[in-house]
Amino acid sequence: MSEITLLEAINLALHHEMERDPDVVVLGEDVGVNGGVFRATVGLRDKFGFKRVIDTPLAEGLIAGVAVGMATQGLKPVAEFQFQGFIFPGMEQIICQAARMRNRTRGRLSCPLVYRSPYGAGIHSPEHHSESVEALFAHIPGLRVVIPSSPRRAYGLLLSAIRDPDPVMFFEPDRIYRSMKSDVVDDGVGLPLDVCFTLRPGRDLTVVAWGACIQEVMRAAALLAEQDIQCEVLDLATIKPLDMESILASVRKTGRLLVVHEACGSFGVGAEIVARVTEEALTSLKAPPKRLTGVDAAVPYYRNEEYYLITEQDIADAAHQLMENKWL
Amino acid sequence: MTHVDIPFLRYLDEEGRPVATLPTWLDKAMLHTFYRNMVMVRSYDKKAIALQRTGKLGTFPSHLGAEAVGIGVGLAMRPEDVYVPYYRDMPTLYVRGVPMEQNLQYWGGDERGSVFYKADGELSEDLPICVPIATQITHAAGIAAAFKLRNQPRVAVVTIGDGGTSKGDFLEGLNCAGVWHLPMVMIINNNQWAISVPRKLQSSAPTLAQKGIGAGVRSLQVDGNDVVAVYEATRAAMERARSGKGPTLIEAVSYRLGDHTTADDATRYRESAEVEAAWAKEPVKRLRQFMADQGWWDEHQEQALLAEASREVERAVAAYEGMAPQAPETLLDYQFAELPREYRAQRQRIIAKGMQQRGGETRHE
Repeated sequence: MSEITLLEAINLALHHEMERDPDVVVLGEDVGVNGGVFRATVGLRDKFGFKRVIDTPLAEGLIAGVAVGMATQGLKPVAEFQFQGFIFPGMEQIICQAARMRNRTRGRLSCPLVYRSPYGAGIHSPEHHSESVEALFAHIPGLRVVIPSSPRRAYGLLLSAIRDPDPVMFFEPDRIYRSMKSDVVDDGVGLPLDVCFTLRPGRDLTVVAWGACIQEVMRAAALLAEQDIQCEVLDLATIKPLDMESILASVRKTGRLLVVHEACGSFGVGAEIVARVTEEALTSLKAPPKRLTGVDAAVPYYRNEEYYLITEQDIADAAHQLMENKWL
Repeated sequence: MTHVDIPFLRYLDEEGRPVATLPTWLDKAMLHTFYRNMVMVRSYDKKAIALQRTGKLGTFPSHLGAEAVGIGVGLAMRPEDVYVPYYRDMPTLYVRGVPMEQNLQYWGGDERGSVFYKADGELSEDLPICVPIATQITHAAGIAAAFKLRNQPRVAVVTIGDGGTSKGDFLEGLNCAGVWHLPMVMIINNNQWAISVPRKLQSSAPTLAQKGIGAGVRSLQVDGNDVVAVYEATRAAMERARSGKGPTLIEAVSYRLGDHTTADDATRYRESAEVEAAWAKEPVKRLRQFMADQGWWDEHQEQALLAEASREVERAVAAYEGMAPQAPETLLDYQFAELPREYRAQRQRIIAKGMQQRGGETRHE
């Protein structure tokens, strides 16, 4: 056991799975000699060679499409996009090809692949380096969407994503790549891709969040606990498929729902969760469910980033509103 | 200074006369195989269009005029190679073992039309028909990269239209094939028209083949109406690829004699004189003339083959029309290897809807 960062946990999982399964290959821009722009793939090329750790030409559509071709041959490509904002040239491949290969061949061919990318704001990046567009992918049938929020979950979820027989979008919150450490055992044990994680039990309020936001949510929950507001915090972790069973069980207990996400709110994942809770557990709700999200704006250049990101205080305020807000 | 030199390969001219020393593999049996398959897929094409006109088939893209390209490429491949088709490639799929009724099934709106089998009964690794333009080039690169990684002497073969060469995915895949020195053969079926947009509005390059030069890929043109040239160019390219000598880009210059699809009307945008001139160069007649001149084909054989083709097409149509539909819930069953819990209720909803619409029972595959 050792204390490592989320980034190191990603790297550890890649090492583990490449060692275990000769069909796993890593490809992307700068993933080989350089070890990735964030160093997520560092050491892989030296250990597994240039044939399995592949520096691609600078073309995201190519990266997405080559991974599809490789996967139809039974390889398990883990393709890296340097930032989520650079995935868009690969969208046609992801949506029209990777997500559909199993369905359109009735299972004859499939795409057991992972598309990885860092995502999110808060690291003073240039424009197009701070997007949170998980909802775009969650809307697409045939894709799984996974977002870890701790080193331990990053390790276990990435292992399972690579082992999954279908395409997985794996988005890594770069704001917490190196900001926290936790104990990770390199035991090769994957975490399930269809359940969320209860990080803190509570009786008054269910808070659903994922990615870097979990940091602010947990701090707010500790603060609120001092004011005798007990939050149950769920790390969604797998945006899709959505673990409504756990969310509904929690909401039925607490009667209040707050969804927190960094991405802009309109037509987002929070809207989906709130819609489903109202469809299936309306009578359990003691107050109208609430979303706390990014505003409907392009992610600002970094000088104004702090106004865009959700803060601990925003969450505490929203929780208080929920506690005070009752049905008429 | 780099000199761009694109060879143009042709063995039989428009009248079926040899214009070059014929390849050593060429004999009567080989030409009969070419011809038989070309006649089969042309008969099929005519029938498929008729089926669409009478409401028995969905939108269908005719391959009229592309018989030499499709058959020449398909026959140059080995069973263990992988073919990455686009939507006008029924002829190649046909010689790769996909029966006519399965192509009807695909265009008739049934996903099982993409469950290809090889001649030995094993599931094929060929990709399904690719509709989004040019995306298939990068898949072929990935497949070829897998062959190379595993040291398998196999080749990925991919086809694309002239319009597709304008897309980024074509250039990205081509570039990748060059830089990774992949066992990959790319064939452009330059039939001069991308729906209504003519070849000259796609690129100001004199040939499409020369796009390969910029990627460091061996590139050539062939007469796409000369099946001997298509086969020989593909055969040689595959031999090179299989022996580690890298990829080839082949531009097969041909002509789309039909509409883009049955949803299109080409008389809106092209002159009939142009189409008539193209008919004079078409591939089936050319090969027949050459065989007749050699004393390898006569009218009796021609009539016998046409009758056989007609019977085979009718058999395929009967098989197609006799296919039971898939159970409604199969629309969810192949989204994932195992249906996530979350979608079970949706699946039940579709089953109930199917039962309601079909009078109380669902049919199963």
